[in-house]
Amino acid sequence: MSALLEAVDLRKSFGPTPALDGAGLSVRPGEVVAVMGPSGSGKSTLLHCLAGILTPDSGVVRYRDVELSAMADGERSELRRTDFGFVFQFGQLVPELSCLENVALPLRLGGVKRKEAESRARSWLERLEVADVADKRPGETSGGQGQRVAVARALVTGPRVVFADEPTGALDSLNGERVMQLLTTAAKETNAAVVLVTHEPRVAAYSDREVVVRDGRSREVEPVR
Amino acid sequence: MSIGHTLLGLLEKGPSHGYDLKKAYDERFGHDRPLHYGQVYTTLSRLLRNGLVEEAGVEAGDGPERKRYAITDAGVTDVVQWLGTPEKPEPYLQNTLYAKVVLALLSGRSADEVLDVQRSAHLRTMRELTRRKAEGDLVDQLICDHALFHLEADLRWLELTAARLGQLSEVVR
Repeated sequence: MSALLEAVDLRKSFGPTPALDGAGLSVRPGEVVAVMGPSGSGKSTLLHCLAGILTPDSGVVRYRDVELSAMADGERSELRRTDFGFVFQFGQLVPELSCLENVALPLRLGGVKRKEAESRARSWLERLEVADVADKRPGETSGGQGQRVAVARALVTGPRVVFADEPTGALDSLNGERVMQLLTTAAKETNAAVVLVTHEPRVAAYSDREVVVRDGRSREVEPVR
Repeated sequence: MSIGHTLLGLLEKGPSHGYDLKKAYDERFGHDRPLHYGQVYTTLSRLLRNGLVEEAGVEAGDGPERKRYAITDAGVTDVVQWLGTPEKPEPYLQNTLYAKVVLALLSGRSADEVLDVQRSAHLRTMRELTRRKAEGDLVDQLICDHALFHLEADLRWLELTAARLGQLSEVVR
């Protein structure tokens, strides 16, 4: 199967410090790829370049054979809203909105009517076992609940790729595992690919394969049988 | 795992014969390593000799006669003592991977490669355990978690070593 999303020889510096120094990655539909490596190795920068949030200094990112750098800013934003989903370490939910409104937000921004958007959001909250916090604000939920709401928000638009940056970093073991189970199961069911940045081996164990980033370079090890 | 103590512990529920004890052991603790019949009978003979179990009649059936065994008071005391004695924490000081890393550095080969290949193998096993855990019941989850936490500890050490290869290289050469 050909790559859904692919990065080749990415270089990116912040000032004099190179964050990426020839990193690459390829993701197929429905695949969960863990991006591992020590703090400061460049894994989050790689994720941001793949997601079109950052533009690399050189190298190419292709999504469905189209170069992200060749797109206009507006097109890239649109792509992020329609085809990509995001889960970060600290949910990053909008504190003034209820959990239901948070999950419905990406749909509303895409022009879906409120009733329809909230109905779809509610079914995702149910799927992630947090329907009971629908009317609460994020500040009134536990860390585990908030992160499940964030996963629901990432998946509600039916993205082709979910970018998850240390999605369980702020959770205890049990909650972290549940979030990973729900995220990877839902992604498999919808054939969405997941790019999972983590430094935790037990989280990486939910992936299909891993890519290791060190000093801005990525490395994939062929399994030894 | 001390098979003798485990069988004694199982016998506390009531007398049983070798075949049923093996079944009970395999169901609860034998997940990847079921007992051989030979092990069960050798262990029971030893427990009998040491007065920790006694014969409690013979069960006639279609096959050969089956001796039933019951735990004795001395056996119960032994179980209580065993449960109250902590398992010796494994010091983990004999580390093959460390030796491989040092030898790779000494011989000018890639120590990164050694660590990368090991990471990949560890993660593959962790994936299998994670899948098994997702499909299994609470018992599977606890057994797999025990293995997963140990493998994770190895990987944490591996990452730390990967980050210190430069330093290590200067020290060992």
